[in-house]
Amino acid sequence: MNALGQLKFPRRSLLKGGGALVLYFAISPARVLLAQEGAPTAAPSAELPGSLSEYPFLDAWIRIDSDDTITVFTGKAELGQGIRTALTQVAAEQLKVDFPRIKLLTADTAQTPNEGYTAASHSMEKSGTAILHAAAYLRRTIIGLAAEELGVAADNLKVEDGIVVSSAGERRSYGQLVSGRSLHVTVNDQSEFFAPDSYTVMGQSVPRVDIPGKLTGKPSYVHDLRLGGMVHARIVRPPRRGARLAKLDTSEVDRMPGVLRVVRDSNYLGVIAEGEFQAIKAMQALQAAAQWEGGTSLPSDTDIYGHLMQLPADISVINGPQTPQSPPEGAKIVEATYTRPYQMHGSIGPSCAVGLFQNDQLTIWSHTQGVYPDRAAIAEMTGMDEQSVHLIHMEGAGCYGHNGADDAAADAALLARALPDRPVRIQWMRDHEHQWEPYGSAMIVRAKGSVSGTGDISSWNYEVWSNPHTTRPGPAGNLLPAQLISGAFKPEAPTNIPQPAGGADRNAVPEYRIPNARVVEHFIAEMPLRTSALRSLGAYMNVFALESFVDELALAAGVDPVEFRLARLEDPRARHVVTTVADAFDWTGWKREPGRGRGFAYARYKNLAAYCAVAIDLDVDRATGRIKLGSAVAACDSGQAVNPDGIRNQIEGGLVQSASWTLFEQVHFNADGVQSVDWAGYPIMRFPSVPAAVEVHVVDRPGEPFLGTGEASQGPAAAAIANAVADAIGARIRDLPLLPERVRTAMRG
Amino acid sequence: MITLRVNGSTFDTDSDPETPLLYVLRNEMELNGAKFGCGLGQCGSCTVLADNRPIFSCLTPIAMLSEREITTLEGLGSIDDPGPVQRAFIEEQAAQCGYCIPGMIMRAHALLLQNSAPDEAAIREALEPSLCRCGTHLRILRAVHRASDGFQEQTSAAGESTQ
Ligand code: FES
Ligand code: FES
Repeated sequence: MNALGQLKFPRRSLLKGGGALVLYFAISPARVLLAQEGAPTAAPSAELPGSLSEYPFLDAWIRIDSDDTITVFTGKAELGQGIRTALTQVAAEQLKVDFPRIKLLTADTAQTPNEGYTAASHSMEKSGTAILHAAAYLRRTIIGLAAEELGVAADNLKVEDGIVVSSAGERRSYGQLVSGRSLHVTVNDQSEFFAPDSYTVMGQSVPRVDIPGKLTGKPSYVHDLRLGGMVHARIVRPPRRGARLAKLDTSEVDRMPGVLRVVRDSNYLGVIAEGEFQAIKAMQALQAAAQWEGGTSLPSDTDIYGHLMQLPADISVINGPQTPQSPPEGAKIVEATYTRPYQMHGSIGPSCAVGLFQNDQLTIWSHTQGVYPDRAAIAEMTGMDEQSVHLIHMEGAGCYGHNGADDAAADAALLARALPDRPVRIQWMRDHEHQWEPYGSAMIVRAKGSVSGTGDISSWNYEVWSNPHTTRPGPAGNLLPAQLISGAFKPEAPTNIPQPAGGADRNAVPEYRIPNARVVEHFIAEMPLRTSALRSLGAYMNVFALESFVDELALAAGVDPVEFRLARLEDPRARHVVTTVADAFDWTGWKREPGRGRGFAYARYKNLAAYCAVAIDLDVDRATGRIKLGSAVAACDSGQAVNPDGIRNQIEGGLVQSASWTLFEQVHFNADGVQSVDWAGYPIMRFPSVPAAVEVHVVDRPGEPFLGTGEASQGPAAAAIANAVADAIGARIRDLPLLPERVRTAMRG
Repeated sequence: MITLRVNGSTFDTDSDPETPLLYVLRNEMELNGAKFGCGLGQCGSCTVLADNRPIFSCLTPIAMLSEREITTLEGLGSIDDPGPVQRAFIEEQAAQCGYCIPGMIMRAHALLLQNSAPDEAAIREALEPSLCRCGTHLRILRAVHRASDGFQEQTSAAGESTQ
């Protein structure tokens, strides 16, 4: 409860010097030191599991007070993925205390470890693993202390909800036992003490702790934060990137009701007013009063792929032979080019943040995915030292990657500094979010392969072209507002995430047994449109292309697509999710009807996280080209399943979201700028287009490491749909999204 | 001054009559249920009921609402005593980020008042104005079916008691 639960300072007291500063310093400075400095007496060890490798000390993760309050710390943030519940389950299980007793504090630069970004489906792997070992270590330590104190063997002690009980009935609470002792000790690997068979909390579908409040109107999001004396701001952005604010007459805006300040710094423009609707009206007037010049004109969205492919690229062979493989004599050759347009995160709630600048301290409440990196960037942008900037995570609407959150936090910093001593709330308008969030990159894949007469894949050449998939702050220059103020910070040169996880090339290397599979990546650093991390990064496109291509080869070989995959899949866990889906979908018994198709796809996310397979059927209306999704079946193996319903929710949600990307979504733009400024210009899936049913099978692997799940179904869902469309119409569509006009064109041949 | 009737109580506001209801609900009445999503009538996150019909509170000026009975998420129940639709959503764990859900609940509630036993197609049609980005749709649909069962029990119980 680092968020609203604590923010109960009186609404009107803030201006009288109470409020946020009290809050700031009320958080034990010792903890701040500890959480930030981490390891003053022992070097972090790469061998420790999860995030323990960076924060090996017990008290960075768990605190037990003498009154038996148990607090668990995580540097990760709740993004609607249910991490708060799952991490609490892990702690409750290993500490053997009842679930509701655990207090979990999430991402806060004054309290929690620096776990970087809540991204890449790492939260369970990193934070979950650290808490798993830390909690187990603590329980064992406490039992040892009790044994000493009671003079009995540890074997004669058991734990009942945080109380150690001896066979003679003597009881000591955790709080009593640790009271006055330092927990500043290094945790070591506890794997050999885990007993998955005995778990009663981990592995259960514990209901999410945040849902009842969210569904009854409790303050749950940064959007709901109301501080005493809080005022409202809106921004005015340039019409296109690089445009200069040439002229501005603020005389009319200054006189508008409620307006407190027009904030201008070079090309940065915003307005602060007492009331929110007053701020919106002032923003509209300010927009009309601003004259912009110049700026970078964009290529057109109709020839974007050609445009990208002629830009300079870093080319690397990431798998297989240096030179392309020629298909052997007599083999059936398949060649295909796949494309994916720019796509949006499209959070339903636009980005929002609250800033307070008081006594040279800046506090920002933000739905950023990374409180520490964002703090560093904001400190650099404002020329403040990091210790004077405090970033507190509060939830936003689902973000699915790097959306406008960090930029809005930077807006809050600039606006709050322009109006000290009053909390300033900035919320973007819908067009700000649509036009200025960093998009998921447009991508191109060219594949050429062959199958021999015996059905073997005899050659495989796969090349992917892509813009960057991560341009997060980092340096101040990666914050949009920092690029607009005087002295304009420059964005850092983007880099690709190296294999095996990969960024542009994530999941580009096939997991199937294919001799000499050659995979080439063209990393294009120059971004016509700003791009960054969108759920699953390059994996969405690579799995779409790779799994479409596998189907194209299976068709050429005349082999059933599921059989074709199983014949070259060795990892038993991969095979298991494939066969689970094929059985549950009744792949072999499925009834073919005119206009109906079925598709299958599989991928292991990043080739190292969760395993996921998807099958779906659908109908294509021959007259209109419309696709109607039928029933989908998915299976996911995330290692030890902490909260099966949470996994189900993520896989099902990812599948539906991916279906929306795949059927509907593309950012439109032309020389004047981005044209997709609202939901009419960027349609996403609505209820009538949602699949008839989605069934998710969670494969539990007790005792196995946690594997990141949140992004696992994006790629397989897209490919399964594309494969089903090809199956239904007897022709392949290789350009996303699968719009009705493309279906009609494909059917005409 | 405009007097609004919200969740059974009256509320006086001095705000500009053209102010959309959403801002009065959120900032003056401190009600969090209705959310800003687009301000354009395209996403439904701001949905509340006026005389039991869904409206986009982001677009509807308060000047138009003084004679109407407004219901927000908070009017359906509380965390300790959630209303039947809220309860059904909680039981189905029908939320990921949850930002869109208050609007969904309002729209579902309005539908069930009109038709306590809607079929799947009717539910999908009623919810079409509301967007969810997390892909929670199938859980939302299940929750509305579940809430409909609750509504029917209620109506049949009420029917019996009047006989
Ligand atoms: S906020 Fe009202 S419809 Fe989107
Ligand atoms: S649950 Fe996140 S937008 Fe619907």
